[in-house]
Amino acid sequence: MVISDNPILNIKDIHYEWPSRIPFTLNVPDFSVHPAESVLLLCESGSGKSTLLSLICGTIMPSKGVVQVAGNDLSKLSASLLDQFRVEKIGIIFQQFNLLPFGSVLDNILLPLSFAPERRARVVQPKETARKLCTDLGLPDNLLNMRASTLSVGQQQRVAVARAMIGEPALLVADEPTSALDESTQIAFLDLLFTQSQNNNTSLLMVSHDERLSKYFDRVVRMTEIASFEKTTL
Amino acid sequence: MILRLALGSLIARATTVGMTILAIALSVALFLGVEKVRTGAKASFADTISGTDLIVGARSGSVQLLLYSVFRIGNATNNLTWSSYKDVASRPEIAWIVPISLGDSHKQFRVMGTTPDFFNRYKYRSGQSIEFADGKNMSDLFDTVIGADVAATLNYSVGDPIVVAHGLASFTEHKDQPFKISGILNKTGTPVDRTVIVGLRAIEAIHVDWQEGAQVQGQTTPVDVIRKMKLQPKAVTAALVGIENRLQVFGLQRAINKYNKEPLLAILPGVALQELWQIVGIAEVALIGVSAMVIITALIGMMAMIFSSLNERRREMAIFRAMGARPRIILGMLILEAAVIASIGAIFGLALMYLGLYIAQPIIDAKFGLWLPSKAPTLNEFLVLAAVIIASIIASLLPALRAYRLSLADGMLVRI
Repeated sequence: MVISDNPILNIKDIHYEWPSRIPFTLNVPDFSVHPAESVLLLCESGSGKSTLLSLICGTIMPSKGVVQVAGNDLSKLSASLLDQFRVEKIGIIFQQFNLLPFGSVLDNILLPLSFAPERRARVVQPKETARKLCTDLGLPDNLLNMRASTLSVGQQQRVAVARAMIGEPALLVADEPTSALDESTQIAFLDLLFTQSQNNNTSLLMVSHDERLSKYFDRVVRMTEIASFEKTTL
Repeated sequence: MILRLALGSLIARATTVGMTILAIALSVALFLGVEKVRTGAKASFADTISGTDLIVGARSGSVQLLLYSVFRIGNATNNLTWSSYKDVASRPEIAWIVPISLGDSHKQFRVMGTTPDFFNRYKYRSGQSIEFADGKNMSDLFDTVIGADVAATLNYSVGDPIVVAHGLASFTEHKDQPFKISGILNKTGTPVDRTVIVGLRAIEAIHVDWQEGAQVQGQTTPVDVIRKMKLQPKAVTAALVGIENRLQVFGLQRAINKYNKEPLLAILPGVALQELWQIVGIAEVALIGVSAMVIITALIGMMAMIFSSLNERRREMAIFRAMGARPRIILGMLILEAAVIASIGAIFGLALMYLGLYIAQPIIDAKFGLWLPSKAPTLNEFLVLAAVIIASIIASLLPALRAYRLSLADGMLVRI
């Protein structure tokens, strides 16, 4: 485990109030992810996981506190800069239904590059890079031009990894990427994820409820340890 | 690539998108079709008579003269005496003159007395001549040529005898002098179709034993005696005039209108047709209104389609957002989608209209005598298409703004 002075993700004293009829609040005093570190965030459903991920990605803003990604305070960025910044720095893997079903595998992988000039600049030959990523992830070549909806769930998740990794973003956020996979596929998938993020020197923040995955990660954090989540009933 | 993905998304929803395109295409085709029928009807109406420079009759109103001389609607308040007719006919500007004499009828159709020259001079649809479907022009005194509608309605064929009734809707018939059908005309879409045409002298012949609009009691002149008579008409109802030099038309019109022996009226058929169309034209506004509403309905349908697709597409939009697409791009994609749907619909609609026109053109021409020209799309039609596309973009703003707000609120973590 490498601990650097400049964390990729740094959260300080954030307070978020959900603007709904049943108000609830999320407080995260201190949480950080360091370069090239893999962190497993263990949390149960309804523990504010989605809210925390939205805060990290900057789709919602805390009312107090600071979220820093790669040294940049998200609240200092304008909405449109933030949209671009997010895709420049963060690769995102969803739980399921990751891909645009009507797009080809290649289009899906290259999608983030069209919004992220920095990531695009790091990829000299997009098609070749996508092909190599697919090969590394164990996807056959002929898959590239197939429609994403024709792939199996496991293949789709691997394409999602390729999409998140292309152009080497600093941070990889994975939201329960293994929950749709069976146990043997899960471990193979995690292997690929680690290999890829180590190759690119990418930090990995993975959210899961599955404690069995703990042993594969540099660090395991429980949601309850870093955050206090309150539902205020009226 | 974003465009390709946006199109991919459309293709993935091919059924609903296809139905929406179909609805827009049908409504556009309907609107353009109605527009074609409207302009076709207007042109057909304006083409009822062509090649005639002036219509001369007794003084009344220009629309009235047009109505009874061309459309056979209503009656002449007065006639044109034969001496006045001769005076007009002898003017140097005149190239040809065809007298017409109205007043009698056969069943529900008007009888018109004229000279055989009428068939050469009367033109419709910018210069088209009347053609015989069967038989030939009148040669005998008691020959008659009937219009297509007369033949079709009364089931007449060449050689059939017909009896002309005195006046309109009358019980007194000119039984003593039956006519023989010598020819049947092709359908023209003009009032000629509903006219029984006889010679001008025949009109005199059947009225030999008549005075002051009633048959003289007990007097029946045998047909062979009538044939030997001179049968010079004392008056005609109106005359169609063609002139040598079109520049003289206004001078001749003024001269006829100032004719001092008898109050006469000369009208330019085109101008009088315009005046008449202004009266009839209210219906066209109603037609446009109805077909515009059909287009609006189709656009609302498209709006509903986009709205209902929003829910199933929240994840798609979330993926775009997570990949760095700004909400503005989501907004743009939905507007683009509407514009693409409307454009395809509009183009299909145009094609559909031309296909329909291609199929229906001869049928409509034969059935209603309405000629719908299949010309290249006019600027007006392109403006209609552009208006449909712009309207669709405006209509899509509502669902697009909703998607914009949803994608702002959902961010990129959607649970469905």
